[in-house]
Amino acid sequence: MQTVCFDKLEKSRYLKRLEDESIFIMREVAAEFKNPVMLYSVGKDSSVMLHLAAKAFYPSKPPFPLLHIDTTWKFREMIEFRDRLVAERGLTMIKHTNPEGLRDNINPFEHGSNAYTHIMKTDALRQALDAGGFDAAFGGARRDEEKSRAKERIFSFRTANHGWDPKNQRPELWNLYNTRVKPGESIRVFPLSNWTELDIWQYILLENIPIVPLYFADERPVVERGGQWIMVDDERLPLQPGEEPQMKSVRFRTLGCYPLTAAVESAAVTVEEIVAEMLVARTSERSGRLIDHDDQGSMERKKRQGYF
Amino acid sequence: MNATVDAKLDARALAEYLCAQDNKDLLRFLTCGSVDDGKSTLIGRLLYDTKLIFEDQLAGIERDSKRFGTTGEDLDLALLVDGLQAEREQGITIDVAYRFFTTGKRKFIVADTPGHEQYTRNMATGASNSDLAVILIDARKGILSQTRRHSFIVSLLGIRHVVLAVNKIDLVDYSQELFDGIVAAYREFAADLGFQTLQAIPVSARYGDNVLTRSSNMPWYEGPTLVEHLETVDVSDNLPDMPFRFQVQWVNRPNLDFRGLSGTIASGAVCPGDELVVAASGKCARVKSIVTYDGELPLAIAGQAVTLTLDDEIDASRGDILCPPTSRPEVADQFQARLIWMSEQALIPGRRLLIKIGTHTVTASVTGIRYKTDVNTFARLAAKTLQLNEVAVVNISTSEPVAYDSYRANRPMGAFILIDRVTNLTLGAGMIDHGLWRATNVHWQAITVSKETRAEIKGQRPMVLWFTGLSGAGKSTIANLVEKKLLGLGHHTYLLDGDNVRHGLNRDLGFTDADRVENIRRVAEVAKLMVDAGIITLVSFISPFRAERQLARELVAEGEFVEIYVSTPPSVAEERDPKGLYAKARRGELKNFTGIDSAYEIPENPELLLDTISRSAEDLAEDVLNFVKARIDDV
Repeated sequence: MQTVCFDKLEKSRYLKRLEDESIFIMREVAAEFKNPVMLYSVGKDSSVMLHLAAKAFYPSKPPFPLLHIDTTWKFREMIEFRDRLVAERGLTMIKHTNPEGLRDNINPFEHGSNAYTHIMKTDALRQALDAGGFDAAFGGARRDEEKSRAKERIFSFRTANHGWDPKNQRPELWNLYNTRVKPGESIRVFPLSNWTELDIWQYILLENIPIVPLYFADERPVVERGGQWIMVDDERLPLQPGEEPQMKSVRFRTLGCYPLTAAVESAAVTVEEIVAEMLVARTSERSGRLIDHDDQGSMERKKRQGYF
Repeated sequence: MNATVDAKLDARALAEYLCAQDNKDLLRFLTCGSVDDGKSTLIGRLLYDTKLIFEDQLAGIERDSKRFGTTGEDLDLALLVDGLQAEREQGITIDVAYRFFTTGKRKFIVADTPGHEQYTRNMATGASNSDLAVILIDARKGILSQTRRHSFIVSLLGIRHVVLAVNKIDLVDYSQELFDGIVAAYREFAADLGFQTLQAIPVSARYGDNVLTRSSNMPWYEGPTLVEHLETVDVSDNLPDMPFRFQVQWVNRPNLDFRGLSGTIASGAVCPGDELVVAASGKCARVKSIVTYDGELPLAIAGQAVTLTLDDEIDASRGDILCPPTSRPEVADQFQARLIWMSEQALIPGRRLLIKIGTHTVTASVTGIRYKTDVNTFARLAAKTLQLNEVAVVNISTSEPVAYDSYRANRPMGAFILIDRVTNLTLGAGMIDHGLWRATNVHWQAITVSKETRAEIKGQRPMVLWFTGLSGAGKSTIANLVEKKLLGLGHHTYLLDGDNVRHGLNRDLGFTDADRVENIRRVAEVAKLMVDAGIITLVSFISPFRAERQLARELVAEGEFVEIYVSTPPSVAEERDPKGLYAKARRGELKNFTGIDSAYEIPENPELLLDTISRSAEDLAEDVLNFVKARIDDV
């Protein structure tokens, strides 16, 4: 019955403005770069980004492939969702896992979340970008997520070794993006820079964008760890003494590697209910990201090294 | 962790909430002020008071306040916004950070920019996408040179709405007298900066006075709080009402049956059936459809990203501007612009670089620096080069003509960046004022002393006496006599003679057809200026082509142009040959000589025809005088 109400909603002036801006950014990349790629993380922001790409180039298909960095520790439902989407839409998707990491069985438990993230995400991403010779890579990061991201350019220059120098960024005025790079250099492009978490959800609602079911509440096996609910997605999660998986109605505000992504208790099973929860939420979405908490300024350090 | 809420809110309430969200519009503003003015604190206060701070972020701030804070036991709200580690450690803001918050009425994107002079470029960056600026002043210090600098840059980037936030009012006992003094001083120096609205508000960012809630400490202040003002100030631009401009961004060609031009509408509106031209080529077609993923549109307006299909496959690609045939942008390869230099490496005029205007990137060079402006005093200074953060008025020349409008009239059509061709760094950002060499631009300058008043003081009606004819026909001889006679009658005159002008103004021109056209165009422009100055202007030029004589006629008002054809048969002119030029041309030593190997187009309807065979130069001059005398005196 709620859906009926929402069907009548026109897209807001505000969301339309954000949509138009994102489309402009994507077209600019398609027109100016030789070999762009779109990072696809399977999360809700990636879903929105992909939807915007479909709009930007219609009736053409987006003129670039998708790239998914598979750490092998993603939620199973994420991988299922990804594979179904690729099959249904006939998308070109490159999947990459760091072969050395796989060989050495790098995991978040024995190697710590820092080393694990560096090897399985940052290094893997660099490998894939180098292998593809990509000169531009779209990412779904938003400026409202984290403090160092608030200063990120929309077109963010990276050196040939994927480094980011926050003190030496190219000035970015109006919508006149400097897209020039030398061979080996690249630009990370963030078309969702000016979207907030609430904007993303409202857009998903109004545009009826498919997202991974993990965002909706369901009875899931979880353990309490460090004051947060961690889902027991498969048998690889080592249980600590006293930890007993229990079924709880939970959902995820953000999705990453399951051992590093905390769930929140929730009964929200529709996007409408998620939006309603958001309106009274008192914790920011990245609080579910365990890697951000390593210490203050940790995100900035990761980004300098090439993390998305 | 107990984030579960009663999500089963009343469906109607939720729908209403979302509808309200939908009707919100967006205000993008920037805050300018320096480290000590409490800029970051003010934004932190806005986020905190509008409840955009989450519990975990607050916990982070409490932790950080102890480590880096500058507010003792209080929460240091500035830590919310000072993102980069280096900044937190130095206690300063060195880049542009974007913040988001929402109130019941509007959504906001705040560009938090640094205030120091060495970060002028960062401030310009933040200002480029803002509709309003909040300029902070420390109530204890009043207006400083940095206040002038910030205001200047805000004005330079075309921002029309300013809030003067007089901060730290708590430290001056909430003094109205002090506040009023600051505001009066500010209004005085900002009078010429073109601000449409200027709202001064006394605030305390640290304690929240007049930020979101009205302060009980300042009953004398009756204006809006900062948030009230930001929620209601009208900053709408008139881009949708301007002439249609579409910057082609990407050619959309999924298959042989579809060819669309994708891009964002810079200004105006478009409907299927509208006739459009490509500004640079003049090629014309009609809009067949406005294609989007969500269906074809009956109408699209400024800001919308769409794909246009046309009824004719005209040549249009990235960088082209589509516009109505009746209202086109300027197309030129030389223009004047205001420029902010953003590179450590100085600007050297003449060096080749890239310019990106809209979606069009071409090679260009800054051909000259007219003057630079001291951003603290607004003084105009001569300059040979520009250093980082310097602002100047320059001339730019491009390798091919580009289409643009002035930045003042149409921001998306008049903004550009300069890029180094080797390092690929962004060197500067600029705003086009107008094209060079364009007669139309003369009218843009508001002139209080008019042509009429200038003419009046001279007691005459200015006009152009345009003598045309073959070399050796006697143009200069007669023109000289006419000028002497006019002078004898007390008139103000000037004689522009072909050979003389070619020694100076036009010495870079030869005798090809293209150069002859340019030769006449320039002289016509000079004659126009002379007439504007109130002077009776005699022009003695072969001016062989009708088109250019027509151009000269059209540059001045009706009745101000007297075409005088000095008629001499070519054989007679060649026989006279006062300068020996015919002989040279016959010997082949002189190319493109009019009457020999270059055409002379005889005037069809000259005001006067002077037959030099049957009458003397003196008589003919008298004829001219008689013809023009009645008109000249008709003041």
